[in-house]
Amino acid sequence: MKYIDEFQDPGLAGRLLDEIRATVTRPWALMEVCGGQTHTIIRHGIDQLLPDEVELIHGPGCPVCVTPLEVIDKALEIASRPGVVFCSFGDMLRVPGTGRDLFQVRGEGGDVRVVYSPLDALRIARQNPDRQVVFFGIGFETTAPPNAMTVYQARRLGVRNFSLLVSHVRVPPAIEAIMRSPDCRVQAFLAAGHVCSVMGTGEYPELAERHRVPIVVTGFEPLDILEGVRRTVRQLERGEHTVENAYPRAVRPGGNPSARAMLDDVFEVTDRAWRGIGVIPDSGWRLSARYRDYDAEHRFAVSGIDTREPAACRSGEVLQGLLKPHQCEAFGTDCTPRNPLGATMVSSEGACAAYYLYRRLELPAPSREGSSVV
Amino acid sequence: MCLAVPGKVLAIEDRDGTRMATVDFGGVVKEVCLEYLPDLRIGEYAIVHVGFALQRLDEESARQTLELFENLGMLQEEFGDPWEQAAAEAHGPEPVGGDTGTAAREVRP
Ligand code: SF4
Repeated sequence: MKYIDEFQDPGLAGRLLDEIRATVTRPWALMEVCGGQTHTIIRHGIDQLLPDEVELIHGPGCPVCVTPLEVIDKALEIASRPGVVFCSFGDMLRVPGTGRDLFQVRGEGGDVRVVYSPLDALRIARQNPDRQVVFFGIGFETTAPPNAMTVYQARRLGVRNFSLLVSHVRVPPAIEAIMRSPDCRVQAFLAAGHVCSVMGTGEYPELAERHRVPIVVTGFEPLDILEGVRRTVRQLERGEHTVENAYPRAVRPGGNPSARAMLDDVFEVTDRAWRGIGVIPDSGWRLSARYRDYDAEHRFAVSGIDTREPAACRSGEVLQGLLKPHQCEAFGTDCTPRNPLGATMVSSEGACAAYYLYRRLELPAPSREGSSVV
Repeated sequence: MCLAVPGKVLAIEDRDGTRMATVDFGGVVKEVCLEYLPDLRIGEYAIVHVGFALQRLDEESARQTLELFENLGMLQEEFGDPWEQAAAEAHGPEPVGGDTGTAAREVRP
């Protein structure tokens, strides 16, 4: 196995795999929610090391991938306006909107800047009082608190030329939507560890109970994934469905209370569209009424955009775990990381990109017996 | 962007009423906001996401994670020049593999 040395502790990995094999008696389908976990799984070939009975289904947890095309188009429109400095995380640069991306907007003269932190965007606003500085606020519960704090600081410091283009999404309603889908095959979830670092585990027991589905909070290093799978399979085999925390070094039950308080202050829950999936009720945040002045959509009145999804792209099915990336007809031919049709191919956390970058190179699949960890 | 990276607090200061720290991520040093972990001290480790410390971490797990990230090239992905990366993806050759470990080593001191 190419990356097996990087398991940190191959002995422990082997023991976890042994235990999973000894426990499993029939087929189970687990969904890893987080795109970071998907990459670890594909990169290390964890899906190939696991017994055949354990199938890993990739979830919708890539923030770049699920940002709707309409929001990308709004970003492109705002970024193209004179007098605007448009700030974004680097991985949004090549996400295709209808016809172009932020990288091209900069090439056409737009002032698009990449920042490491939303606070960098606020600093740019304070240094350029005659410009309108807009930050592209996407992401899950891990990224929302930094963006919330930045808006709070903008208000506290009286910075008027700063605004946020908000497209934040929440994990639990996505789990709910996946479980409600008539095509759902998912029997257990590896929940996203860093989301729970902020939110804690309090949102999950009710979900686990109602859908009778085990939820194991999991980190995204190889050993974390194996431990998450081990605990999930153990629950499934015993007919249990509880919430377990397999990532205690970063997740406290209550999460980060001050981050959660700031989220409640700055944002309010709203319905959100997920790219390729559609609207999921209560699945996102928007700025709450007292921060509406900082909402870029209000400030720039972006409308009349003609949004067109590429017909060939099946990323919606990929994001819901209904289709594996290589089963898409365009995969690796019309659609590559260099010429992506969908966000799941362009984002470094997207499932299509993970398959393209790692899976192809490992064919034919390494034999289980030959691996050094077993 | 979704990556949360462990880092060690080198210095702490108040800036415009905001608690900020200088944090070392295995050789890359960045400014980090401590408002969500206000009692974090110099020498301690935390998980940092887009410039915000979100949760305390013990030294041993922080060190292991950093080593792993470095070997996998993930630090380079997180802290490298995004314009260069985007340009390489737009115009450069097709990616031929996931092993960017060599590039990642450049971020070491
Ligand atoms: S391979 Fe490309 S076209 Fe197919 S689902 Fe993935 S992103 Fe869309």
